[in-house]
Amino acid sequence: MVPGRNLSQPLLATRCNTGITFLMTANGSPYASHTDAETEAMLSAIGAESEAELFDIPESVRFDESLGIEQRGEQAVRSLIDRTLERNDDLIEFLGRGHYDHYVPSMVDQLSSRSEFLTSYTQYQPEVAQGFLQALFEYQSMLVELTGLPVANCSMYDAATALGEAATLAIRVRAVDGDRVLVPERLQEGRRRTLESYLVGHDVGIETYPMADGIADVEALSERMGEETLLVYAETPTVRGTIEERLDAIGDLAADSGALFVVGSDPVALSVLERPADVGADVAIGEAATLGLPAAYGMGTGLFACREEFLRQVPGRLVGASEDASGRRAYTLTLQTREQHIRRERATSNICTNQAWVALRTAMHLAWLGPDGLIDLAEDCVTRPKELAARIDDIRGIGAPVHDRHHFREFVARTDQPAAAVAADLERDGYAVHVLDEHEIQICTTETNEDAIDGFLEALREAAR
Amino acid sequence: MTGSDGGPDPDDPLEYDQARWSVDDSRYEPLLSEKNTDRVTVESSLPDGLTRDELTLPSLPEPALARHYTRLSEMNYGVESGPFPLGSCTMKYNPKFTEDVAARREASVHPDRSERSVQGLLEIQHRLQEQLATIGGMDAVTLQPPAGAAGEFTGILIAKAYHEANGDDRTEVVVPDSAHGTNFASAAMAGYDVVELPSGDDGRVDLEALSAALSERTAALMLTNPNTLGLFERNITEIAQMVHEVGGLLYYDGANLNALLGRGRPGDMGFDLMHYNVHKTFATPHGGGGPGAGPVGVTEELAEFLPDPHVRRADGGYERYTPVRSIGKVHGYEGNWLVLLKAYAYITRLGGAGLTDASAKAVLNANYLAERIEYEVPFGPFHHEFVASAGEQDAADAAKRMLDYGVHPPTTKWPETVDEALMTEPTEIERKRTLEQLAAAFNAARADDTETLEDAPQRTAARRIDQASAARNPRLSWQALDDE
Repeated sequence: MVPGRNLSQPLLATRCNTGITFLMTANGSPYASHTDAETEAMLSAIGAESEAELFDIPESVRFDESLGIEQRGEQAVRSLIDRTLERNDDLIEFLGRGHYDHYVPSMVDQLSSRSEFLTSYTQYQPEVAQGFLQALFEYQSMLVELTGLPVANCSMYDAATALGEAATLAIRVRAVDGDRVLVPERLQEGRRRTLESYLVGHDVGIETYPMADGIADVEALSERMGEETLLVYAETPTVRGTIEERLDAIGDLAADSGALFVVGSDPVALSVLERPADVGADVAIGEAATLGLPAAYGMGTGLFACREEFLRQVPGRLVGASEDASGRRAYTLTLQTREQHIRRERATSNICTNQAWVALRTAMHLAWLGPDGLIDLAEDCVTRPKELAARIDDIRGIGAPVHDRHHFREFVARTDQPAAAVAADLERDGYAVHVLDEHEIQICTTETNEDAIDGFLEALREAAR
Repeated sequence: MTGSDGGPDPDDPLEYDQARWSVDDSRYEPLLSEKNTDRVTVESSLPDGLTRDELTLPSLPEPALARHYTRLSEMNYGVESGPFPLGSCTMKYNPKFTEDVAARREASVHPDRSERSVQGLLEIQHRLQEQLATIGGMDAVTLQPPAGAAGEFTGILIAKAYHEANGDDRTEVVVPDSAHGTNFASAAMAGYDVVELPSGDDGRVDLEALSAALSERTAALMLTNPNTLGLFERNITEIAQMVHEVGGLLYYDGANLNALLGRGRPGDMGFDLMHYNVHKTFATPHGGGGPGAGPVGVTEELAEFLPDPHVRRADGGYERYTPVRSIGKVHGYEGNWLVLLKAYAYITRLGGAGLTDASAKAVLNANYLAERIEYEVPFGPFHHEFVASAGEQDAADAAKRMLDYGVHPPTTKWPETVDEALMTEPTEIERKRTLEQLAAAFNAARADDTETLEDAPQRTAARRIDQASAARNPRLSWQALDDE
């Protein structure tokens, strides 16, 4: 087909006139390879003369096919994309702030890519979807273990939307006449602003509580708590890489005022830190794809777990165990009356398509690490930033860490020189760090950049001077 | 199932046997992970007060895990297992090369990278924005919403911000009764009252009912076109005019865009904003329920409300910027980038001609299949999908029986405008003989007696699953099973 071809000219005629049997296939979709004979037989069976005739679109709003997008061969597309992506600078990233890069084992890539997983649909026919259902049940189970909370759904889009969903859950389940959500003053911008979007439809405002040397200022927080507080959010590690030390105190304050306590974290941190359930959390959220996906420009998976009493108010899909007609264990999506396809405007959330395949990858990565591997990884996340901060602190013109706290993966450093200039110099040398304000940068280290640390320190020595 | 000449008789349904666990609970192979967990004591350099005491997780060597997940995959049906005519879901083939594209190391950068250092990525985002705008007849497109429902929510937030900017306090969103459940839920999430619009006798929007539903309270009408019955809303121009006359916006649900590529554009029909389901129309894998992506396109008038950031050309490159009246963010970063990259690869591969052909073949296939099946198919003419009625049969039972005939069944019991609905969308990928085989599965199920249907499926990894007891006694983790 030629873009802009006269619509009134039937496709078959075009082909007959040119005498090229595979004109459609040559320019058509390579994944719809009907032969001309098949197309003609099908048209004839339905009593139509042309494909165009099948479109019941009034003439006035028809489009003339002139999309102006060139067709390319597979190899040409790949080399076009390769060339374009090569325009990205090849930087070694020391970036985190809520989104982390851990080594993803090949097993995860290879097995999650099996087409039976990758190309399947939501498990609405569970009898032919037992494999994925069981894998998601395993994912839920591992999150239950990590959070200590008995109910985990099988994914939200990311940590930010999971926080938004936690807030709307609070609105549904809290009897108090609250109209305020309390979040830390230091919060990843995307989480804060996504939360705002989820509250647009509700008469609920967001307020912040202050931090003291990188963790929650619990005394100041307690002054901000009141009957109007629907929800208190705290996270560990915080966006500045510190481990929150007062979660149980925050949990007590929330319990006293009847607010929902929501704790943010990730599966690696949860393997060694206090379980959200043990500090009084009602809901745990976070970035589950910290395991299972590379940095992926912010793509993730929202972890969402909560207490049993909120079971029927949980957003998103849940996999449950049941039995089949022969009495064997089988898995199925369950409690679907919470969901939009049944409950419509009274659903607990509008979420339908979620991040199931990423959750599968996260579960595979967790299983691959095993309990010992996961704890070792977490312990590295405690020691690596400590050691790197100590080495950086020896560099003239820079002090680290800014907060006298325990850190996880990352920390803030103070620069004598303007932080933006330091970061720009580092970028020229091939390293990426966060700029927080005029004299603060943030540095994240995991096994994916550890080999580059000597070079990074060399560059920092020059840049910080 | 064959897709070419030769192979089984197209009028005779296939039989199908899926992998399954052994009947004997003690002989599961490989062993379930829950039975292979290790409880370990957590040792950390952190103070005791900050750490947990122990952790229990599966502990299996990689070869055992590889067998576990391979076995699970064998108990799962995907597009490459056979026909997958699930209505409204557009289960097309997911080209292999797009996976390799998305696996590029250069594609997987951190979202907080400086604009200057990710020019290649921004360029692809910009090209995809432009491609989608052209395909939808829109002026600007955001890639941020991570799924179709997130796109709907974004669109309704944009509509809300637009009305508020005009000092216009509107409270209602109108949604046809045949619409996807997400439409209702997304509008409600944005704080609107939902007004349900009953369908007319021809399965389309009834203009009188629409007139009655619209008022100065109407913020938007959300419409799927062709609708979930596969019918094009022929009165779309009048519908747009009526919505605009009361000051409302017309929202296009992109679930069925695969029916229109190259031949009709929502923007040309009077739609003001729309979402695209790239996991449907643009062939990114559904992944067992996600991830997808739900970019939102808008007219020029609404472009200043798009989420933050948006990508545009700048001197010699590309930049992120904040639209002046941005609604803010609907995702922590910029959505499901790797999915968007696959969609870009697909659109670039097919080009305008390939996309137009994909729609043509999708519509041809749906009509041919509708012709071949013996269930009653009310309404018409159809675009990319149709809704058959199982009649006296229970649609869900008929669907279970089709599993035994080696095909994934259609969407059942929805939309409710057709009794015992079998909502069927074969997509463009099936060739004639496969469609005949598919029709044979429908027809065989139709000929089966009630008892056979109720006993189905027989050949799948699990027999019929007791949904009611799963809901009555929710067991959502190993821990819950262990407590029993």
